[in-house]
Amino acid sequence: MADAPLPQSLGAADPASADEAPLYVPRKQIYPQAVKGRFRTIKWVVLAITLGIYYFLPFIRWDRGPNAPDQAILVDLPHRRFYFFFIEIWPQEVYYITGLLVLAALTLFLMNAVAGRVWCGYLCPQTVWTDLFYAVERWIEGDRRERMRKDKEKLSLKTVGQKGLKHFIWLMIAWWTGGAWVLYFADAPTLVYELATFQAPLIAYIWIGILTFTTYTLAGFMREQVCTYMCPWPRIQAALTDEYALNVTYRYDRGEPRGSVKKNDALRRQGLPAGDCIDCDQCVAVCPTGVDIRKGLQLDCIQCGLCIDACNSVMEKIDRPLNLIAYDTDMNVKARMEGKPEVRRIVRARTLFYAGIIAVVGSIMITSLALRQNIYLSVMHDRNPLFVRLSDGSIRNGFTVRVANKHLDERRYAIGVEGLPNAKVDVVGGEIDQQGRSIIVVGPDQTQEMRVLVTQTASAAPASTEIQFVLTDLSNGDQVATSDHFKAP
Amino acid sequence: MAHETHEQVDALTGVTTTGHSWDDIQELNNPLPRWWLWTFYLTIVWSVLYAIAYPSIPLVSSYTRGLLGWHSREAVEVDLAALKDQRSGMTAKLASSSLEEIKQNPELFAFARAQGKASFGDNCAPCHGAGGAGAKGYPNLNDDDWLWGGSLAQIEQTIRYGVRSTSDQGHSGTMPAFGRDGMLKREDISNVADYVRSLSGLPTDKGADLKAGAQVFADNCAACHGDKGQGMQELGAPNLTDKIWLFGADKATIMEGLQNGRGGVMPTWHGRLDDTTIKALTLYVHSLGGDQRP
Repeated sequence: MADAPLPQSLGAADPASADEAPLYVPRKQIYPQAVKGRFRTIKWVVLAITLGIYYFLPFIRWDRGPNAPDQAILVDLPHRRFYFFFIEIWPQEVYYITGLLVLAALTLFLMNAVAGRVWCGYLCPQTVWTDLFYAVERWIEGDRRERMRKDKEKLSLKTVGQKGLKHFIWLMIAWWTGGAWVLYFADAPTLVYELATFQAPLIAYIWIGILTFTTYTLAGFMREQVCTYMCPWPRIQAALTDEYALNVTYRYDRGEPRGSVKKNDALRRQGLPAGDCIDCDQCVAVCPTGVDIRKGLQLDCIQCGLCIDACNSVMEKIDRPLNLIAYDTDMNVKARMEGKPEVRRIVRARTLFYAGIIAVVGSIMITSLALRQNIYLSVMHDRNPLFVRLSDGSIRNGFTVRVANKHLDERRYAIGVEGLPNAKVDVVGGEIDQQGRSIIVVGPDQTQEMRVLVTQTASAAPASTEIQFVLTDLSNGDQVATSDHFKAP
Repeated sequence: MAHETHEQVDALTGVTTTGHSWDDIQELNNPLPRWWLWTFYLTIVWSVLYAIAYPSIPLVSSYTRGLLGWHSREAVEVDLAALKDQRSGMTAKLASSSLEEIKQNPELFAFARAQGKASFGDNCAPCHGAGGAGAKGYPNLNDDDWLWGGSLAQIEQTIRYGVRSTSDQGHSGTMPAFGRDGMLKREDISNVADYVRSLSGLPTDKGADLKAGAQVFADNCAACHGDKGQGMQELGAPNLTDKIWLFGADKATIMEGLQNGRGGVMPTWHGRLDDTTIKALTLYVHSLGGDQRP
């Protein structure tokens, strides 16, 4: 920077220079080449599993008996219920969703601390669907060179036909992406039948339309632009990572200086420094985001590992050791160059911390799920009036009581009050059983709000007495209690 | 020179510079992708179209209406109509069922109570209080003491036609102004006030002539309040033997009533509230404390 220009004042700056700078970056079309190898296989398997789960999960049945849907995973918005196999979540238990999100975020952090952008490279829906769309493109239009040639040539009837077929298959995949999405919100087989016979609710078609559009656009056209410009996760990860995290790394200690096979062989024979990289650019050709991994760790790189496969296949052919590009750290590359020992440390403060929080949050969730009760009692004292004097001088308090019955059958509950001698409990509109207990009947998987009047015949009650509302499930004797107060003059 | 600096590439980042340089600090040129710019221009076009289609620009005393003619008040009316439509099934059931039938149907009873509570807040709370707790001269609706009866039918009658109201079907009957109109002397009033307090076991003044008070009561009060002071719902005459006092239990307040009479007014709601609302109000008020004295 020694020959940097002298500082210019604003007024002296040539306005033409700003005009000449490009306002935008034209998109560089990327034609990723087919590749085979360990990481490509891992990516195919992950693609099959994740898409398989996404498309077929709504069809899994789970018998809950009468009064509840038999779909294993169902977000029942009209009835405000979420079903996940044996778990049923009510809106007031939304903290389980919060817990899941906390776990998901920390798992991402942990993956990042261990091996960089594992999420981006293998698991992210954007990556998975784009991979699938590239596979379709390659299958119909041919591999990298063929596609590049066709795009340069004038359009022929055959090319138009191929492109048409490609877009048709893309749209079909995108349509099924939206189609599978809506199945999570209603009984899947019924909805499939309704969709096929055009009887489904309008909102289902709207959502299918939205997801068809986003899948088609994001996986077919936007592709790596989503990762580079739209997604915040690459930026967040840059702040989360450290020097120990494994990343797809070009080992420049081995690779440099680059040169052709012959030239470097000659150099090597003379005992001169010669790298393993032969500048074949295969790592760039297979890259789905079009980066050159040899420039080091960069924002655009989603770390899918495909360049590792590409480079290894070349290294095999030229009979050099594998893993010139590998999961490694820049710190270790530098260490090797300086002849120092490598440092690999998966267990460190960062990973232990993330794993620890995951364990704690996970245990809290499992414990609270295991201990949660199927009946829930909430009591609210009348604010106005706090108490009522009856004609015989006794004092009565009014309460609004809500009973939630999470059982899938109708239950009868007896409600009583403890801590107040001679208390009489009346449920407005409720019934009284033969033993004189006030009964609240709550339908399956429902809540019931009742007005409960508590009367104390003796008028000598103190201004405030702590009382316990006790709700007893008459079918199995389960009890829940909530405390409140009995007010008197 | 400026042109040359533009061509320059920053050594550290490998990015071209814009040619702007201040105190040796150079500005890198990292242009946006083309699709991003197009999206940005599209949002500008969208905002212009939106401003034309919807109400947007404030004028001195009005605003531009927009070509679509959308109006927030109309949107609310549509929402309200949709809500009414959604409730129409329950509302129709409420209209066609008798009060007893509604009370036997838990779902309908809960619906009626909810509607009644809202209507109570709008119409009744100014006098009776938000929770129906009442005030001096305005009955507490949570207790079991009902001047005109606490059955569903009686409560409905009171709400519909009122008490001493403008409706000729409303309850009538007043506490006469015994003192002011010269029917009772001061001494009689004092005696009968003490006697009335003794009916519910309240302490009386020293030297009160309860016997004379009883005689005054039998001659003047028993016709409406009953020979034992137990009250009479047909005339709205309060029970004087219980612990509930509409205006107050102290002797001065009782004497004030005897002197000037009493006659609070409950307006008629017939014609001001529709039948369904009156039904809902009846059920709500009944659920507060409800029913007859024990």
